[in-house]
Amino acid sequence: MCKFYPALTLALAAILATPAAFAQTKAKAQNVPEIPYDSVPNFLKLPPNLYLGESMGVATNSKGHVFVYTRSATTRLFEFDQLGNYVREIGSGNYGFEFAHSVRVDPQDNIWVVDEGTNTVIKFNPAGRVVMVLGHRPEVVAGAVATTNTTVPPAEKYTFSRPTDVAWDPQGNIFISDGYGNNRVVKYDKNGRFLKQIGSEKPGNGKDQFNLPHAIAVDAKGNVYVADRSNHRMQVLDNDLAPKAIYDNIGDSWTVCVSPGPHQYLFTSNSNPNGNAPGTWDNTGEIYKMELDGTIIGKFGHAGKRLGGFQVAHMLDCRNPNEILVAEIESWRVQKLILKPLIAAPGK
Amino acid sequence: MRHFSKALLATSLLAALVLTAQTSAPEIPFTAFPDLLKFPDAIPLGEAAGVATNTTGNVFVYTRTGHPTITIGTARPFAHGGSRLVEFDRMGNFVREIGKDSYGFMDAQQVRVDPQNNIWTVDQMTNMVIEFDPNGRVQLLLGRKAEAERVPAAPLAPAAGGRGGGLPGAGAQSDLFNRPTDVAWDGAGNIYVADGLGNARIAKFDKNGKFIRTWGSRGTANGQFSTVQGIAIDAKGNVYAGDPGNKRIQVFDGDGNYKTQISDVGAPAALCITPGAHQYLYSSNSNPMNDIDAGGEIYRLELDGKVLGKFGKAGKMPKEFGTVNAIDCRGNNELYVGELGNWRVQKIELRTN
Repeated sequence: MCKFYPALTLALAAILATPAAFAQTKAKAQNVPEIPYDSVPNFLKLPPNLYLGESMGVATNSKGHVFVYTRSATTRLFEFDQLGNYVREIGSGNYGFEFAHSVRVDPQDNIWVVDEGTNTVIKFNPAGRVVMVLGHRPEVVAGAVATTNTTVPPAEKYTFSRPTDVAWDPQGNIFISDGYGNNRVVKYDKNGRFLKQIGSEKPGNGKDQFNLPHAIAVDAKGNVYVADRSNHRMQVLDNDLAPKAIYDNIGDSWTVCVSPGPHQYLFTSNSNPNGNAPGTWDNTGEIYKMELDGTIIGKFGHAGKRLGGFQVAHMLDCRNPNEILVAEIESWRVQKLILKPLIAAPGK
Repeated sequence: MRHFSKALLATSLLAALVLTAQTSAPEIPFTAFPDLLKFPDAIPLGEAAGVATNTTGNVFVYTRTGHPTITIGTARPFAHGGSRLVEFDRMGNFVREIGKDSYGFMDAQQVRVDPQNNIWTVDQMTNMVIEFDPNGRVQLLLGRKAEAERVPAAPLAPAAGGRGGGLPGAGAQSDLFNRPTDVAWDGAGNIYVADGLGNARIAKFDKNGKFIRTWGSRGTANGQFSTVQGIAIDAKGNVYAGDPGNKRIQVFDGDGNYKTQISDVGAPAALCITPGAHQYLYSSNSNPMNDIDAGGEIYRLELDGKVLGKFGKAGKMPKEFGTVNAIDCRGNNELYVGELGNWRVQKIELRTN
């Protein structure tokens, strides 16, 4: 109902969160080659007195323009050109903007944002006009929804519970990871009609269950990659949402990105946990580059606060698999990484 | 538990009824213009709760923009903002904003324009009905905004106890409303307020805002309401009240005496009556916010309840409707439809002959 609730919800979540749910995992993968990289200093150039807050979402369009969905004083969506120059703000004051979580750009250059504070997924056309809304914001007169209620109501076709991410298959079907409240993946047709879901409101670690599905991507064949964050794994589904594979050697999969082109790569981040508990910098923070079949090609990055390190990497853009954009929650920035040729794994 | 299941079953059957309402009614061919209104960048259109036109064809939209602000005073939270009223010309060009930062705008519910081109807003969070003159100046207020907001908000739809004054709810002899939904006028200028979601009554005031009478309480009997979601008044002064919970439109005379009901148009959540010598009634079987796979069609009826046809269905595409909350039918075959689910106002042109 008001700007209080995100803060309240966060505070409650922090109190209620069990250590198990948010503890971080050292990846099982061993002897992974390091991919060297440079981080472009101050890539995004904001006008004076305009600042990013927590950088939750980053995505590029076909021209290389960069979109950032950020939690500043209010949640805002900014566009930059391919050199990082500020272009414009989109959706200022939008009804669905309350607590940023993800932004993605579809093949037609429509811009989609996922807001976990209003339970909406909003499609903007390239001109910045709202052309579709999935989910709905609870009415203000209803007040805060379930901030103290520990039982999540049954997942409904068209209602989200703190959704996290959106993706599309080549036919334009829409896939949404939902989310912190529900624990499912939902598939809609291109007109926004419900087709099916996998998972439910309940968390679980079975192969058709999720525990905080936190990000989603789809490859050219229509396979669906789900960052199953609190299950310390990535789940792969076919286009009808049937489980195909589990990748569980990459730590906690916080986010997932599939590059375009004839040879597609898969990226995922074993992000360091919010709050930087003692010891976590030593075994988390790296990003993995993989083949779609789960074979790890290499890794890059580490936890850290200065440029080149990551503070809770939350989202990746990999439209160019050699130039990765990384949005970080706790460093309020987007880094542009230039990947270089592999260094051989130690001992090889 | 068994009773609970029966209740569930009954609910499902009712839901099925929405689907089957008047499937035999003829489909009216129509064209939709979903992008007519050009909102300025500084005023984003959120849920289009209310839409209405005046005699020159200008279009008024009362929209939930979100982002109400709460400030803390003497240990009480004070709230403002969250909805805006915008005027466009008949070509959809932005004309102006009305009531900017009004004390009475928080959760837009409806806007209507009276025969003298005054603009009336209904807000279901401030519980206020506001009359603006054609220049946008406040002329008359009904209801009073609560001094402080409860955080979290009060539970939905209490049977009694207005949010503002603590007076009895349904049937209250006052202009203290509990989530009012709509406003209409008879030929003498008397004002009728649908009150609405928190209460379940219709309150009548004279043209100067003096309380005359109230009728209705929560229930299913004739003269009772589950909720009153929309009202419209014909040239003879009959009051048509949409009660989606009871799946009927009840018709009353101007004194609140029950006359008849129309019960084969699904869940009527938005109503309007055309002007002119031969009046028609439009009623929307609006889909719930959490389901676009049922209902959503709009009916065109004679005032006696005879269904002439229907058009549209629930969905997100142009020519589909997402929880219609307002219909303007000043143009007879040229309608404006305000949608909550799709954050959109569509202009509709019907081909009825």
